[in-house]
Amino acid sequence: MIKATNITKVFGENTVLKNISASVKQGEVVAVIGPSGSGKSTFLRCLNLLEQPTTGEIFMNEQEITKEKTNKLEVRKHIGMVFQHFHLFPHMTVLENVTYAPIKVKGLSKEEAKKLAKQLLAKVGLTDKLDAYPNRLSGGQKQRVAIARALSMEPEIMLFDEPTSALDPEMVKEVLDVMKDLAHTGMTMVVVTHEMNFAKEVADRVLFLDDGVLVEGGEPESFFNQPQTERAQDFLAKIL
Amino acid sequence: MNLDFSQMVPYIPFMLEGIWVTLKFVSMSILVGFILGTILALCKITKLPILKGLADIYTSIFRGTPLILQLMIFYFAVPQLSGYDTSPFLSAILAFGLNSAAYVSEIIRAGILAVDKGQTEAAEALGVPYKPMMINIILPQAFKNILPALMNEFITLTKESAIVSVIGYLDIMRRAQIVGADIYRNFEPLLFAGVIYWIMVYLLTQLGKLVERRLRHSD
Ligand SMILES: Nc1ncnc2c1ncn2[C@@H]1O[C@H](COP(=O)(O)OP(=O)(O)OP(=O)(O)O)[C@@H](O)[C@H]1O
Ligand SMILES: [Mg+2]
Repeated sequence: MIKATNITKVFGENTVLKNISASVKQGEVVAVIGPSGSGKSTFLRCLNLLEQPTTGEIFMNEQEITKEKTNKLEVRKHIGMVFQHFHLFPHMTVLENVTYAPIKVKGLSKEEAKKLAKQLLAKVGLTDKLDAYPNRLSGGQKQRVAIARALSMEPEIMLFDEPTSALDPEMVKEVLDVMKDLAHTGMTMVVVTHEMNFAKEVADRVLFLDDGVLVEGGEPESFFNQPQTERAQDFLAKIL
Repeated sequence: MNLDFSQMVPYIPFMLEGIWVTLKFVSMSILVGFILGTILALCKITKLPILKGLADIYTSIFRGTPLILQLMIFYFAVPQLSGYDTSPFLSAILAFGLNSAAYVSEIIRAGILAVDKGQTEAAEALGVPYKPMMINIILPQAFKNILPALMNEFITLTKESAIVSVIGYLDIMRRAQIVGADIYRNFEPLLFAGVIYWIMVYLLTQLGKLVERRLRHSD
């Protein structure tokens, strides 16, 4: 469904991604893990072209999207993204946050968009907050709205960049549960996370990045039990 | 000290009419300044060097020369060059509007840059094109943050508007001078004009506070 070949990303003098090749199949859940600064976010942001890879290609459904003339907005309509710090629109209510893109980008009518938004907000357990402004919500609630907002475009794939890292511990579960549900409905997902349990339980595959290099990848079972590389062993020893 | 307002009484309606005359061109100037200032601010944040350069030069010129000179150029020099007379009213709107746009554009530019970059990214990630993103997401947040600064600019403009009297525009200030000459007493009409300006600014300040409170509903 989405495939990256030999992606390199350079910021000034700093090569942040080094020759990364990876692919995600339809319905697959891929967890991206690795130390801080290893390039996880940058990799994820290349997938929806928030960052343009310096070299290498990305294909979505066999179409190369890294071409100069690609309509980035068109590509992003099909790729949902959830950020660590939510980035909800603070001057819009929960319902407005979730209906905005369907109305403006997809051209849905207000009624259709509202209907869709209510379904999605029910799915993330927030039917009672439709008219609240984001600042009235807890972190976990905000992130669930952000997930509903990304889903409102009915994307084919969802990217998550450390969706629970900014949350108080007691709110992590409610967000992970929503993500688990989403995975069970067959959504294709790429999740950058420090939640190793989530990676173990939910992911079909784990990618381990270190210093801009895709060091190791595989099924969570084997990756967590028998990491092949020394770098992965070190990393796992530190965090588990 | 012998203040005597009795001689002024017949002139009070004449002076009060000045309020409307002043408000008419001040509000038009604010509108011109606001719209043009927004456009200039958007030019300043684009990646196109030409637009950015032009907007910067514009700002530099209008902020770097006296307003009274700009006013006189629109009133005296433009007709001389073009052969068309510019009325005091039009000259005033042009000078004050274009001048205010330079200041407003700086305020708005700062306001846009102060909006969290994550907002742009969230909009981009949803596939929202540049124009609706600016209009619906970035500018509303920017305006909310800069409202006090904008209000200040409008208040300054209202006060500074008094210099249009030099091109004979019959605003409050000019009327005070005329009345002063008529009754051979200057202090009373000037004092009266001062009170009018003060009340106008006071009301404008209150209006600003009201709008601000309205916008705070999402905080
Ligand atoms: N826009 C940018 N300009 C310059 N350098 C950047 C930029 N974005 C990221 N970097 C650098 O790229 C490297 C990788 O950053 P990235 O955010 O991808 O790491 P990460 O694995 O997501 O880390 P974390 O776990 O802390 O989120 C870091 O050294 C960072 O400083
Ligand atoms: Mg990161």
